[in-house]
Amino acid sequence: MITTYLFYFLSFLAIMCALMVVFSKNPVHSVLYLVLTFFTIAGHYVLLNAQFLAAVHVIVYAGAIMVLFLFVIMLMNLNKDTEPHKKPWLKFSAAIASGLLLVVLVGSLKGAETIVPTNAFNPNIGLIENLGKTLFHDFLLPFEVSSILLLVAMVGAVMLGKKSIK
Amino acid sequence: MTLGYIIYKLILVVVVFAITMVIAMYSTYAERKVAGFLQDRLGPNRAGPFGILQPVADAVKLFMKEETIPSVSNKTLFIIGPALSLLTACMTGVVIPWGKSITIFGESYPLQIADVNIGILYIFGVVSIGIYGIMIGGWASNNKYSLLGAVRASSQMISYEVAMGLSIIALIMTTGTLSVGEIAAQQNSWHWNVLIQPLGCLIFIVCAFAETNRAPFDLPECEQELVGGYHTEYSSMKMGFYLFAEYINMFISATVISTFYFGGYNMPFVADYVHNENLLTLLGVAFLFAKIFFGIFFFMWVRWTLPRFRYDQLMNLGWKVLIPLSILNIVLTGAWMMRHEILNVFIK
Repeated sequence: MITTYLFYFLSFLAIMCALMVVFSKNPVHSVLYLVLTFFTIAGHYVLLNAQFLAAVHVIVYAGAIMVLFLFVIMLMNLNKDTEPHKKPWLKFSAAIASGLLLVVLVGSLKGAETIVPTNAFNPNIGLIENLGKTLFHDFLLPFEVSSILLLVAMVGAVMLGKKSIK
Repeated sequence: MTLGYIIYKLILVVVVFAITMVIAMYSTYAERKVAGFLQDRLGPNRAGPFGILQPVADAVKLFMKEETIPSVSNKTLFIIGPALSLLTACMTGVVIPWGKSITIFGESYPLQIADVNIGILYIFGVVSIGIYGIMIGGWASNNKYSLLGAVRASSQMISYEVAMGLSIIALIMTTGTLSVGEIAAQQNSWHWNVLIQPLGCLIFIVCAFAETNRAPFDLPECEQELVGGYHTEYSSMKMGFYLFAEYINMFISATVISTFYFGGYNMPFVADYVHNENLLTLLGVAFLFAKIFFGIFFFMWVRWTLPRFRYDQLMNLGWKVLIPLSILNIVLTGAWMMRHEILNVFIK
């Protein structure tokens, strides 16, 4: 019972914060609202009994990535004056494109009610023991491949960051 | 979940909060006394016997001071900054096991507020969001020095978080659990993790110094270059919140180090002589606090022993020394855990 209310509260908060990310004039405020959005989504993970995912979500997104975002935005010191003004035809086309995207989303979500989950949901899948076993048994190859992907990205970032390659 | 259970948890929360506050308060006094001792001075000795009321006098002074908010600052964020700092500093105590359980009228009450099965990750998450208080405060002050201090603090904390996380991974490999309560319980009598993970322990302690912004890593507030660092524009109790958060962080770091590596509430050889369970638990709590107080003293001792790093030295130490060392530690730990399998390959 209480989880239902929590779900609605968290969803409301998540949507409000996500809207505030878009509507805030100040980019630093946007980033801070995005951090709040991540926290509400972590709360949803806890409601789904996926504590590990919630903790990692907070550590990686709120604790690392958003701090770097904030870091860059604070140093760039974005003001009204430096913000480039878009041409009217660009604004017009952006409005049309996002309107079309809305139509597609509404159309796809309308048919979503008929989807029935094929296999039974295991409520303990999010606990760390089960998650580790699943990752290292059933999904070992994708797991390792994605770690290689991360390594490649890291090497690429270091190469791009270097001033000159000897 | 009965009413008694909720009341017991509430009492535990209040007690832990009160102890944290009192210890943080008296850490300010201890800091100056230790500084005085190490520099052959007397330290504060005017308020009360041996200056024991000094923290109270300081608190009154901080509350009474005029509160200024710069007119060019971002007011909401300016207030949120110190509040967030103090909040995140107080959040870690929830998963710390302060002792075994106390049995009253046949009911056992464990002295841990919440034994989450991902306790280590919880601590790590709280540490990683602790940066926001400093960053928001530094940016909202709208002052170059504050911003530079905040940027320094956050880049330092991000850098040392990596090495800290890697050193904890080796600890998780040997203990096989992410629950802080279980890690403490595994180290009964003298089976302390520092004997199994000496290198990881050293890396963790160095990173804890950097995470709490204590000397020799106190670059975010180095007076000679940055006036006061991120809290340059703060006055009265908002400034007090930042200072208080630093002392709470120091206390919590000492607690986490003693719980992870120095046995937590476990004490060697006492269980052979004392057989009353409740007495044993209370002795364990006392022993944990003895370790914590030594940890806090160690923090202060280092502050007055080592000079401050230069910023490039700090970054070099973090990225080029501590991270490779902690990866080496993980490899060594893994090799030691798989030693029979590796030996079998070579014998064949």
